[in-house]
Amino acid sequence: MNNLDWKPLALVPLLALAVLPLIGSTSIWVTLTVAGLAMGMIVFIIASGLTLVFGLMDVLNFGHGLFIALGAFVATSVLGAMGDWTNSDQWLMNLAAVFPAMLVAMGVAAAVGLAFERFIVRPVYGQHLKQILITMGGMIIGEELIKVIWGPQQIALPLPEAMRGSLYLGEAAVEKYRLLAVGVGAVVFALQLWVLSRTKIGLLIRAGVQDREMVESLGYRIRRLFVGVFVVGSALAGLGGVMWGLYQQNVVPQMGAQVNVLIFIVIIIGGLGSTGGALIGSLLVGLMANYTGFLAPKVALFSNIALMVAVLLWRPQGVYPVANR
Amino acid sequence: MSTPYQASNTGLFAPQRPRQPEAAKVAHAKPLQVPPKAEPLLTLQGVETHIGAYHILHGVDLVVPKGQLTMLLGRNGAGKTTTLRTIMGLWQASKGRITFNGQDVTHLHTPQIAGLNIAYVPENMGIFSDLTVKENMLLAARQASRASQMDEARLQWIFKLFPAVEKFWNHPAGKLSGGQKQMLAVSRAIVEPRELLIIDEPSKGLAPVMINNMIDAFQQLKASGVSILLVEQNISFAKRLGDTVAVMDNGRVVHAGSMAELATDENLQRDLLGLTL
Repeated sequence: MNNLDWKPLALVPLLALAVLPLIGSTSIWVTLTVAGLAMGMIVFIIASGLTLVFGLMDVLNFGHGLFIALGAFVATSVLGAMGDWTNSDQWLMNLAAVFPAMLVAMGVAAAVGLAFERFIVRPVYGQHLKQILITMGGMIIGEELIKVIWGPQQIALPLPEAMRGSLYLGEAAVEKYRLLAVGVGAVVFALQLWVLSRTKIGLLIRAGVQDREMVESLGYRIRRLFVGVFVVGSALAGLGGVMWGLYQQNVVPQMGAQVNVLIFIVIIIGGLGSTGGALIGSLLVGLMANYTGFLAPKVALFSNIALMVAVLLWRPQGVYPVANR
Repeated sequence: MSTPYQASNTGLFAPQRPRQPEAAKVAHAKPLQVPPKAEPLLTLQGVETHIGAYHILHGVDLVVPKGQLTMLLGRNGAGKTTTLRTIMGLWQASKGRITFNGQDVTHLHTPQIAGLNIAYVPENMGIFSDLTVKENMLLAARQASRASQMDEARLQWIFKLFPAVEKFWNHPAGKLSGGQKQMLAVSRAIVEPRELLIIDEPSKGLAPVMINNMIDAFQQLKASGVSILLVEQNISFAKRLGDTVAVMDNGRVVHAGSMAELATDENLQRDLLGLTL
């Protein structure tokens, strides 16, 4: 937190400014930039838990996508049951529907995360290959269970009435929901920053990411801390799933696996275990996806991998490498 | 008798003779001596440790008496660090028994062992480089959730022992020099009262003036009644501080007794360490 390295922070505005001449129109650029930031913030909400899970216990959880899908599907049920509230054109009514949906999704994802850690991750601590295989297996089983509960088909997750449409900044159209997503992401980041820098639990997490053996030697049970971080990370993935589902306005059981690819690109760009790095990585990935989707749709899929390669050529351990790793 | 080690005052063990024959000679020539009669705080009985396929400790017997400073000496690879890590539960003993204050701690987990008021400073110092000096200290102060809750009088005492800790209080620990990091590591270990300090090579890489500061600090700690187990390769350091000594070779304690006795017996030093103090 101290002596912050500002160079990676400059990447986000640099990328945004670099594409401005290519796009040509300022209004389109504003629209794409806000869309990119919104996507980036949602990805950050999902990725921030995973990067801490890796940093703290060296656990490669390829099943993180399950919590994303779970959160989104839970939201379809909660919001579906609150049709009167979501169809209202009052912001307050809409928020009163969306926030409980988020809370329930986070709660369910956290509970499943707790079981996932206990029965799937814990037996394979320290065994990376097994971690990859068993967490992917866990995600596949989870997806099948989602199909059993909600069915295999795509389910619509329409935005509540007042969140639809756009605001106009000059000639630039900015979707209201994307602004909300940026706001929620900023709140989540601010909360994480506060916990990590101002509380003893946060200190322990930061210290554990650097040297978990020393944290244990100081008398702290790092496994309990890890379980806590895993559960919070799962809950955040559930929240991210709700936001991603509303962003896409539909959900499919495989959505977690689809988003997983982006998440891993983000935490590799950010530096494994780094929350600040995950934010930079998320914003870069969100912006890149939107800019290339507009400028060169055929290379949009490849663009984030190219971004990751470019960042790794500059900083092989990610933009904010965590010590002792 | 003067030796190159004394002349340079570096005190580093640098075996000049083939290692295996020396080890064999020590193991057979010198029976294990009974440590001084003081109430034992930490006891290791026949402790064996395996790391993967490697058998590192071959039955370590060691007693750390209460209120004394015990030096653990030996050549590189003798098993000193492994012994400390086994005591702390960072590596599990595969055989034998470790007791602390009469309690069997052989199979306890590291946080439980640390919770018995044992502080450990590893050879790499274990400094959290991304955290500030203050945050490093706060982590070690288990009773405090904020810096303002740390024992102020104790902090002032630590600041007197190690002024660099106060000077760089809000600086990232990663920016400290090697000596300052070592001071922070020891400060962290004593930020709350501990019964036993286990420290792995505190003088490693330190300038002579810093070594003197460190010796003063350990003497004050000893005077305050804390028991200390130090692994050390700096002979001068060991001689000035140690009350009792245990010498390891090939994963065993091959000599245990008083430091004064070892410091005055040149033949014993040659047999055990391949040099004189």
